[in-house]
Amino acid sequence: MTNANDILESHMIDVEAVRKDFPILSTHVYGYPLVYLDNAATTQKPESVLHAMDDYYHTINSNVHRGVHHLSQQATEAYEGARQKIADFINARHNHEIIYTRGTTESINLVASCFGRKFLKPGDSILISAVEHHSNIVPWQMICEEKGASLKVIPVDDEGELILDNLDKLLDDVKLVSFNYVSNSLGGVNPVQAIIMAAHKRGIPVLLDAAQAVQHLEVDVQSLDVDFLAFSSHKLYGPTGIGVLYGKEEWLNQLPPYQGGGEMIKTVTFEKTTYNDLPYKFEAGTPDMAGAVGLAAAIDYVLGLGIRNIQQAEHSLMSYALGTLTEINGFRLIGKAVAERRAGVISFLVGDIHPFDLGEILDKQGIAVRTGHHCAQPVMDRYCIPGTVRASLAIYNNSQDIDRLAAGIRKASALLS
Amino acid sequence: MTIQQTQDEIIADFELFGDWMDKYEYIIQLGKELPMIEEQYKTDDNLIRGCQSRVWLHTEFRDGHLFFTADSDAVITKGLISLVIKVLNGQTPKAIIESDLYFIDAIGLSSHLSPTRSNGLLSMVKQIKLYALAYQKKSVES
Repeated sequence: MTNANDILESHMIDVEAVRKDFPILSTHVYGYPLVYLDNAATTQKPESVLHAMDDYYHTINSNVHRGVHHLSQQATEAYEGARQKIADFINARHNHEIIYTRGTTESINLVASCFGRKFLKPGDSILISAVEHHSNIVPWQMICEEKGASLKVIPVDDEGELILDNLDKLLDDVKLVSFNYVSNSLGGVNPVQAIIMAAHKRGIPVLLDAAQAVQHLEVDVQSLDVDFLAFSSHKLYGPTGIGVLYGKEEWLNQLPPYQGGGEMIKTVTFEKTTYNDLPYKFEAGTPDMAGAVGLAAAIDYVLGLGIRNIQQAEHSLMSYALGTLTEINGFRLIGKAVAERRAGVISFLVGDIHPFDLGEILDKQGIAVRTGHHCAQPVMDRYCIPGTVRASLAIYNNSQDIDRLAAGIRKASALLS
Repeated sequence: MTIQQTQDEIIADFELFGDWMDKYEYIIQLGKELPMIEEQYKTDDNLIRGCQSRVWLHTEFRDGHLFFTADSDAVITKGLISLVIKVLNGQTPKAIIESDLYFIDAIGLSSHLSPTRSNGLLSMVKQIKLYALAYQKKSVES
């Protein structure tokens, strides 16, 4: 087992200093200092993000793009500057390849709706994987039903690893492949490059759900050569209500608009409307300016720490967590056992204890985890379990959090067994 | 005993517990103790799906009064169910419809009735009231 002191020294990040950037971490729950391990659901926000949004409303709030006045120009600059920051963060070729959405779910719905309307015909298929979040299943089911197309699924093995043996055969009739970089329910990092390459060999575009990836790993859309990529701000230390769809220019230009309204138009008459250029074609209505500014501040925060440093620190903590937790009597890790191929998430059960019971007793000890199916019911069905307890890490978690979790599980286990 | 009397009795019992651990230990014990439902009634028809835990509920109507047996896959939920049944068993549909289960909040387990948790207990209480409504309607008609 890794020594707790070793992990604090094996990377470049001073986690104790980082913790001070997040005011909420000093909260007490039922008299205990909060242990927040529900980061895959949403991360906490550093002071700099809170300040940036506060500052936006205090000093430059105004509607973007249309105003001739000073404040509107400042707001527009902040809003478009954030877009450029996001483009740089994932290494997009152009900033107009960054579409603001409400989050990963809306990003996927946008592609499902627009791509589906344009390209899906009866008999066509969409290929997803067996470890998807509902938000990467249901939008495709909806458009497939509408178009007489069908949904196909890359299977998963007992360890949570996608089975790619029959991938080429699976790609027959497929018009688009959509799957997650990191599974939100099991935490496994999927073989992204292999799937993208296999799809591209057949000329099939790929959408990557990176909601559980961008906060843990370096994501470079050009080196991945991915066609669409979706993520949310609130899982990346940013505010809720805003997210990103990246799309290659050549694909986005082929898609029809998503919603109609202001901003997405060039000219409107009652006879005919012409649409705006990228990215505005997909951004109807007044956008979430403060959210964009907050997201930019979150990216600055992450870049300040260094995404590789974050990855290393979390990797060490993950190894420590797996070592510590697997010593608990009856501890069952669901999905891959190794830390190397895992990001952020530890999904587990203890003996025959129901995850809801375990989660409740952990909560009583001030430990926040998620229990249930994690919006991935097909994954739970695959492993014939009612759900799991999910502990998920962020950069501010330390070995004490893991020790508290382990002690909490032992206490719950004694009470419930 | 009336619904209110049983609730007040439960609340008084819980006041004796020193800390949350004792309280939970008691609820868990209640949950473990009884097979509350006969296996033949653990059917899909009797299953109430909560987001977090599953509950089976079987209802019988005898001489103008309702009787319940139930089970859950989560033991804390099961313990609370046994308390709810203790409170409502043998009451008339009218009394059940009009009942306010304040004891759950009073013993500090209101999170089990919060829709954000959307778990089995809340769905079960709703279902019990729906049954009571249906039986009341039936007895008025007949």
